[in-house]
Amino acid sequence: MSDHGIPEKVDTLESILVEKGYVHPETLDAIVTTYDGDVGPRNGAHVVARSWVDPEYRERLRADATAAIAELGYGGRQGEHMVAVENTPDEHHLVVCTLCSCYPWPVLGLPPTWYKSPAYRSRAVLDPRGVLSDFGVTLPESTRITVHDSTAEIRYLVVPMRPEGTEDLDEEALAALVTRDGMIGTALL
Amino acid sequence: MNGAADLGGMMGFGPVVPEPEDERFHAEWERRILALVLAMGAAGRWSIDAGRFARESLPPSVYLNSSYYAIWTLGLERLLVATGLVGEDELAEGRARGPGADVRAWSPDDARAAFAAGSPYTRPAPGPARFAVGDIVRTRVLNPTGHTRLPRYARGKQGTVEAVHGAHVLPDSNAHGHGERPEWLYSVRFSGRELWGEAADPTLTVSIDAWESYLDA
Repeated sequence: MSDHGIPEKVDTLESILVEKGYVHPETLDAIVTTYDGDVGPRNGAHVVARSWVDPEYRERLRADATAAIAELGYGGRQGEHMVAVENTPDEHHLVVCTLCSCYPWPVLGLPPTWYKSPAYRSRAVLDPRGVLSDFGVTLPESTRITVHDSTAEIRYLVVPMRPEGTEDLDEEALAALVTRDGMIGTALL
Repeated sequence: MNGAADLGGMMGFGPVVPEPEDERFHAEWERRILALVLAMGAAGRWSIDAGRFARESLPPSVYLNSSYYAIWTLGLERLLVATGLVGEDELAEGRARGPGADVRAWSPDDARAAFAAGSPYTRPAPGPARFAVGDIVRTRVLNPTGHTRLPRYARGKQGTVEAVHGAHVLPDSNAHGHGERPEWLYSVRFSGRELWGEAADPTLTVSIDAWESYLDA
């Protein structure tokens, strides 16, 4: 990567855009606060854990994920049209955006660097098992793999399988087990 | 367009490098360009599709040699110049040469409200849907010089309609200021073999979201 000169360009852009009155500095700070902390994968973990403990919620999440996710207070930009896909012993889901970096912000926050990288975007649709091995994940040979390439404004949330031996855990404890990568499909729980 | 952003199926980029969940940015300038790009959305001078086209139409050698937030930086420069909000001379000199256009900048509350509201891309349907769940379709072989969301690896391929999502804004038109021209949007699932040939993983299927004009019966 050659980002030579880019930090200086960003400084220049910020000073010009502020000077011209197009952006307020305090708004830039508020945006950073929103996406560097407030909105992140704990939201998605809440959704997943709820779907594990509440069969009726799970049905609503299957039928209309946008509405079901909004019930828990999450929604908005880059999550306007949500679809939840559930992993099972027979089928594993993996989400990618080969064309850019489409990602369900309200439930997962900003995408990690690898999600936006050519390495992931090029290979997820061709060799998902190879990609999974980069994450230390090996699926049974019989498991079907369904890759969702986010080519429109539909955003996908993977609902991982609930780990075994968690029958006694409550929703909050279950949510703590749910990882960001599990909700993209590059990790098992 | 057949640009460098259309990466599906390319090879040679090496392994994927995982990173921890709390690692969102790697430098302060990444936070600033994210905020600048989102804040300039308030100006309303370009659509999300035009923004994507500004990035994907960077020269392939530049696109592939830049980090993602660097691509955002170069894309924002292009959009500002193309819309006349900032002059190339101003970017070169590093300062404004005059007052800006009439743009209402977001307050922090405006920004938070806009993010919470989102901007749905569904529109009233222009007519009945041509396809239904379970239909066998074939993607068209299209090589437009403008924006499209039909990836190269999925052109001319036979698949099955998995879902019908209603009518959505058509990026191919909207990116270029030619109107939203909403079309029915479908999820179409392809076998790995259809996309990649006989050596493909037999357990693989790939789905894309495709507008009606991307599809033939």
